[in-house]
Amino acid sequence: MWAGVLVACGVCYGLKLAGLSLPQRWLQDSRVQRTVPLIPVALLAALIATQTFATGRHLVLDVRAAGLAVAVVAVLLRAPFLVVVVAAAAATALLRLV
Amino acid sequence: MASNLVSVPDSRGIVRDALAIGVATGAYALSFGAISITAGLNLLQTCALSALMFTGASQFALVGVVGSGGGVWAGVLTAGLLGSRNSLYAVRLASLLDLRAWRRPAASHFVIDETTAMAIARDEVAASRYAFWATGLSVFIFWNLGTLIGALVTHAIPNPRVLGLDAAPPAAYLALLAPRLRAREPLAIALAAAIVAVVLLPFVPAGLPLLVIAVLVSLYGLARGRP
Repeated sequence: MWAGVLVACGVCYGLKLAGLSLPQRWLQDSRVQRTVPLIPVALLAALIATQTFATGRHLVLDVRAAGLAVAVVAVLLRAPFLVVVVAAAAATALLRLV
Repeated sequence: MASNLVSVPDSRGIVRDALAIGVATGAYALSFGAISITAGLNLLQTCALSALMFTGASQFALVGVVGSGGGVWAGVLTAGLLGSRNSLYAVRLASLLDLRAWRRPAASHFVIDETTAMAIARDEVAASRYAFWATGLSVFIFWNLGTLIGALVTHAIPNPRVLGLDAAPPAAYLALLAPRLRAREPLAIALAAAIVAVVLLPFVPAGLPLLVIAVLVSLYGLARGRP
């Protein structure tokens, strides 16, 4: 686990440093500028889907879907970050008790 | 002369904003600390991520992938892919901050969503630089403090799964994603990515769906940009 943690920290730091150090025109290309912001959008959405509707490599529908639904409502109500997370966790925990 | 200095009322306003952003990020760092411990990372690893990685989405993704059984290297890959946006923030900041020598490696660590937003929102270069360092320092302190408290509290709970914390990462991703969905295109991309991920998942090794999606969205972005 430590190796992964430290490598990931190094990679993320390297990406920040690269942006400050590389020749400006490399990353100022308009296609790069428009493409890179799309990556977190796609990856975050994919992470939501896989960690809500799958366990390992098996697709499952369980209480986590209800937790996500609560999170969606909280986001639509413009709740702060912590409230969104706590509401989803609490909804999941309560449904598991039922 | 005037352009090199930040006026007193300006600097007070910037410090006030920086503290507000720091406190808000500290609150969500509480949930990061809690989720990380629940995912199986220890106290020191959790705090190391906040101190050394210091970029929220990547941290949540790493512990989320580990917690859902995806394996640590799939988590590292995802964290790296999510960290790519910081390179672009750095490009926008580079000309503004005009960093030399030792300041560049130090400033790199602070290149995140919050500092970029605060720095580029200013009209004067001196105010931008002041806002960058004030926000970076404030967020760094509160982010690490929040992580430590969240991790310590969760560490004291015998089974954090009882609180539903193992199911919390998707809510965290959603809260990070929502502000980026204000147009039709990102919304369509998000939905497509979610569908592709779920369809691919049963057939390929853990971590691969995310890499495939990153490649696909990059190809889409580059192709669309062509005149």
